[in-house]
Amino acid sequence: MSDILVDIQHLTFKRGDRVIYDDMSMQFQRGKVTAIMGPSGIGKTTLLRLIGGQLKPEQGKILVNGQDIPQLNRKDLYKARQKMSMLFQSGAMFSDMSVYDNVAFPIREHTRLPEEIIRLMVLMKLEAVGLRGARDLMPAELSGGMARRAALARAIALDPQLILYDEPFAGQDPISMGVIVRLIRSLNNALGLTSVVVSHDVNEVMSIADYVYVVAEQKVIGQGTPEELRAHPSALVQQFLQGESDGPVPFHFKAASYSTELMELAK
Amino acid sequence: MIVDKLQQLGQKSIAKIQGMGRATIMLFGALIAWPTPRKSFPLLLKQLYVVGVLSLLIILVSGLFIGMVLALQGYTVLSKFGAEQMLGPLVALSLLRELGPVVTALLFAGRAGSALTAEIGLMKATEQLSGMEMMAVDPLRRIIAPRFWAGVISMPLLAMIFTAVGILGGHLVGVDWLGVDSGGYWSAMQANVDFQQDIMNGVIKSAVFALIVTWIALHKGFDAVPTSEGISQATTQTVVTSSLAVLGFDFILTAVMFGG
Repeated sequence: MSDILVDIQHLTFKRGDRVIYDDMSMQFQRGKVTAIMGPSGIGKTTLLRLIGGQLKPEQGKILVNGQDIPQLNRKDLYKARQKMSMLFQSGAMFSDMSVYDNVAFPIREHTRLPEEIIRLMVLMKLEAVGLRGARDLMPAELSGGMARRAALARAIALDPQLILYDEPFAGQDPISMGVIVRLIRSLNNALGLTSVVVSHDVNEVMSIADYVYVVAEQKVIGQGTPEELRAHPSALVQQFLQGESDGPVPFHFKAASYSTELMELAK
Repeated sequence: MIVDKLQQLGQKSIAKIQGMGRATIMLFGALIAWPTPRKSFPLLLKQLYVVGVLSLLIILVSGLFIGMVLALQGYTVLSKFGAEQMLGPLVALSLLRELGPVVTALLFAGRAGSALTAEIGLMKATEQLSGMEMMAVDPLRRIIAPRFWAGVISMPLLAMIFTAVGILGGHLVGVDWLGVDSGGYWSAMQANVDFQQDIMNGVIKSAVFALIVTWIALHKGFDAVPTSEGISQATTQTVVTSSLAVLGFDFILTAVMFGG
């Protein structure tokens, strides 16, 4: 079995006329936490949707377990999706079901297990994210952090091989951020998952990732372990990691010269 | 100037046709599948309750009032010709052929159609549909199909209830209030209403409207721009488009069924 679970080769993706990715390649190792970082608006979520087969690329291959996802027919794509899972930024909990039923949903859909076993599985998953006591609550009654943890319990309900996290730390308070950081790492180790974390929270990502890709300007601008990346020579990578407001990515949106514009107004 | 206008017109027409194409693809995706009664039956039952049973009150009340108004208006005209005994057929035929199916469809579009659009639009906006897809569950089959069948099954039933209650409302006003002979009301109705021509044609109309309204409502929700503004627009469009479509198709069906 190859060490690489997801292999993206020469990916090109456009939205209308706008090029999102131009001939980009990356590989995610089995059993590792791989992070994809980059400024907002470069299509990090799009990448997860491409891996999940919800979008089709213009060119390139997206191999998951050796299967080229964009080439799969509907039946095989749905089969492939049973082995992967995605944690959406909003949690995407079904608002008409309790937390318990939400976590039980994929199990009930894909297996014919008796209700007692489903109950056991659901409680185990909820225990893993610390929400066993919240099983009877409705999603609307959960805080943002709890909703994301409940969604995480649902995402691991069927023990997927691959789990895709879309901005798991966005909008979380420091405590729930810490909880989620720990959960991603510990679940990855305990369940033998392969995790892909898309995020722009540099510190959190650097603390849990085994390997990091920095994406900007439609391609990978830097990659390596967190240590390697900290010593990366690219000014753009350094600007992103240090969070500097001006640098290769300018603070100002493209515009005519400020002084010329002011002078024109004065005329 | 004229070229611009023509261009706009062309763009709008293309967008409309593309929309219809997407709606057709959505419907086929939802309906062409192996039936799995173990999973789909409970879902259908729940939607029959939400779409059908919860619309019952508005249908009952509207049916009653429309029947009563018909009897009142009909009586004033018929009494001028001394033809009060024809009140029964007047009320029954108006309801069976036209008002039952049409008004039920319009009420259904406002009550259940708008709710379906808003629900599905919000599910889309909160990524529930995407989430379901990533869990390898097809939202077309899990969400759209049971709602579609629930609409198609419940609307003809609601139209029948509407008509029955309307006829009773007509009896209430015509017989109990205005003093038309009760035996005459029923027997003239029995003599003048044809099962095939009147009742079955009404049911067929209602089934066609059910298909149109439910389809439009589901498509507008599924195709909605996932923002609050997009969902509000989609909901309005559902009510407007399906009401116009019902009235348009009503004319065509009436022309085919009763025109010649």
